[in-house]
Amino acid sequence: MSSAARDFSVFVRPGTDGAATMDLAVEGIHCAACMRAIEKGLSSEPGIKGARVNLANRRVSVEWEPSLASPERILDKMQAIGFPAYPFSINAAEDQERREEKRLLICLGVAGFAMMNIMLLSVSVWAGNISDITPETRDFFHWLSACIALPAAFYAGQPFFESAARALRARAVNMDVPISLGVILALGMSLVETMNHAEHAYFDSAVMLLFFLLIGRYLERMMRRKTRAVASNLAALKAETAVKFVSETEIRTVPVAALKVGDIVLVRPGERISVDGVVIEGKSEIDSSLVTGETRPIAATQGTDVYAGTLNLVGTLKIEVRAAEEGTLLSEVQALLDKATESRSHYVKLADRAARLYAPVVHATAALTFIGWMLAGIGWHDALIIAITVLIITCPCALGLAIPAVQVVASGALFRARVLINSGEALERFHAVNTVVFDKTGTLTQPTASLMNGEAIDKGLIALAGRLALTSRHPLAAAVAKASDAREPVPGASEEAGVGVSGEVDGKPAFLGKPEAAGLAFEAGKVALDYPSASLIAVKWGDMGAVIAVGQRLRSDAKETIGALKARGYHVMILSGDHEAAVREAAQALGVEDYAAGLKPQEKIARLEALKTEGRLALMVGDGLNDAPALAAAHVSLSPIEATHVAQAAADAVFIGEKLAPVRQALGVGRKAHRLMMENLWLAVIYNFIAVPMAIAGFVTPLIAALAMSGSSILVTLNALRASKPEAA
Amino acid sequence: MNVLVYLVPLALALGLAGLGAFVWSMKAGQFEDLEGAAHRILDDDDIKGR
Repeated sequence: MSSAARDFSVFVRPGTDGAATMDLAVEGIHCAACMRAIEKGLSSEPGIKGARVNLANRRVSVEWEPSLASPERILDKMQAIGFPAYPFSINAAEDQERREEKRLLICLGVAGFAMMNIMLLSVSVWAGNISDITPETRDFFHWLSACIALPAAFYAGQPFFESAARALRARAVNMDVPISLGVILALGMSLVETMNHAEHAYFDSAVMLLFFLLIGRYLERMMRRKTRAVASNLAALKAETAVKFVSETEIRTVPVAALKVGDIVLVRPGERISVDGVVIEGKSEIDSSLVTGETRPIAATQGTDVYAGTLNLVGTLKIEVRAAEEGTLLSEVQALLDKATESRSHYVKLADRAARLYAPVVHATAALTFIGWMLAGIGWHDALIIAITVLIITCPCALGLAIPAVQVVASGALFRARVLINSGEALERFHAVNTVVFDKTGTLTQPTASLMNGEAIDKGLIALAGRLALTSRHPLAAAVAKASDAREPVPGASEEAGVGVSGEVDGKPAFLGKPEAAGLAFEAGKVALDYPSASLIAVKWGDMGAVIAVGQRLRSDAKETIGALKARGYHVMILSGDHEAAVREAAQALGVEDYAAGLKPQEKIARLEALKTEGRLALMVGDGLNDAPALAAAHVSLSPIEATHVAQAAADAVFIGEKLAPVRQALGVGRKAHRLMMENLWLAVIYNFIAVPMAIAGFVTPLIAALAMSGSSILVTLNALRASKPEAA
Repeated sequence: MNVLVYLVPLALALGLAGLGAFVWSMKAGQFEDLEGAAHRILDDDDIKGR
């Protein structure tokens, strides 16, 4: 990229015996051969002690001897093998997530071991009870079960006990409260019954309950960790670097993650600014369309605030990195964002809503059962046992699986549709949406510029423009060069900053640059009428000349997607920060009647609030810094992968690729997932309607409890699998 | 019923051995990349004399 030395020290971690290790995100690994090529290729380099590919995460972990190899060499080698790699550091959140997942998996293993061994004994007891087991043998088996179940439940139940204790301390009830209560009572009652030489003990039920619930918990965690891993890979693949001054004169390319407030970075023409800061030297124009939606460039000189994600057009800038300060756009956005996030956290997850209804009903039923049997005069011991079996049988085994199982399958379906979802909760929100709000720049339009009137201009002239454009780093020139597929620059061509490139081709003067400088201002005016949102650049060769409109084209399937959304009954709106003419043009092309232009971040939020009071729940799709508060305030939000960091962090899900179709698919999957979740909850309710009367009547034995629990759990899991096929939307 | 004296400890020991193996493989990172493991079986570099 530049002559500046690359510095990857932030990514390197010390390994064992003086070695260094680094994690790389790699594009395009998908088979055994790729894994082999990478591992063999890296290991053959001198100094590299080991390389291991993780296919699930698309990552490589490399260990090397710092005196013999360097990160630069490793990256060059990866490039040479054909797998461009990008270093990254695993962030704290992901690390935490991974440890939690491991712990759940070990709990699951312990519960599984205990369940199988207890079942071995329980089946013997059940069989013996109807044939010829002696009371001594039965007691021995029950004691043995207790020895396995008590420590196992104590260990494997921790995730639930901790969460239940947290909820109770906060004076709330979540699903873990009835779970913990059920498990503890089942174990306690069984222990007492074993001491009394009773016929039935429920050790197997308690542990089986934990086993099934841990599966649900593990699935939930696994899904979250996986999407987080993919998201941080994508961030690494963007490989955002900055050129930093390490001294007065020396510059070095460093990853953006390594920059601190007060650092000074150099941004050359045509480069994207990767930090928030203030210009301390230089003069340029800045295209901030990704940040504010405004497509017209703005001037930047000493003292101008600049934002990450904007594009430096003409001059070299020296920028000092600043934190969000009072009065800047960034701090304003941050404040709005905090407010929006806060108001949104009032949303209650489906599972918690179910728990709020469920826990009191179950506990009241158990209490009433106890009182009822006491009044019937069977004695407090028997009455208590029946009441506890009610609690065991109603323990939300299926309920605990009902929602995570759907979330896992549905997020897998979204993954295939190229949508990465941040939380399982977002999935529940999609179904209630009835309005889809789009931002224009970068969301409805492609994030990169292309020629809009290419067909109307002479091919030879465009080819010439492309060759001239190769001399310049200006983004407009870059778009022209890309469109014309030019390879060889015009020899001797020179660029005058802010005006254009001039040179000589076949003895005639050639020029590419500002229409005014080419003497084509009148033609430019005409082209501007047809393409109000485009930036204009003129090419002149001898007496031939043309004005090229460069702008952001609509995404290739934008019209089709919006049509399909409308046909589905969604109200579609465009809320943009760009100027009126550009927004009107896009809205007309897409057939959207409802649009608003020139909106500031708080005005976007105000529009969404207004929609809410009309009873319209909005899906917001946006990418700019100015969209971030609206993304957080909307009922649910999506952002394209090219979006600014702040926007992406505020969105519930991110979609990949040039197409807009994932928006539609996300809505489809969300609707279906919600339907299946509701079905699963109803299945759990029906199960209780059958099982609870039996428990109240005192007919439930450990065998029936085991059958009912596993049966209902399998049923909801099978139903959840249907989420992998999204309905057409 | 005397058979239980050694069958029951045997069953428990087998179960515990299974759990121990699971925890060990977990700690050794064998569950980190289940997808990759499925592909690695195709790699025959470990066969000597080829």
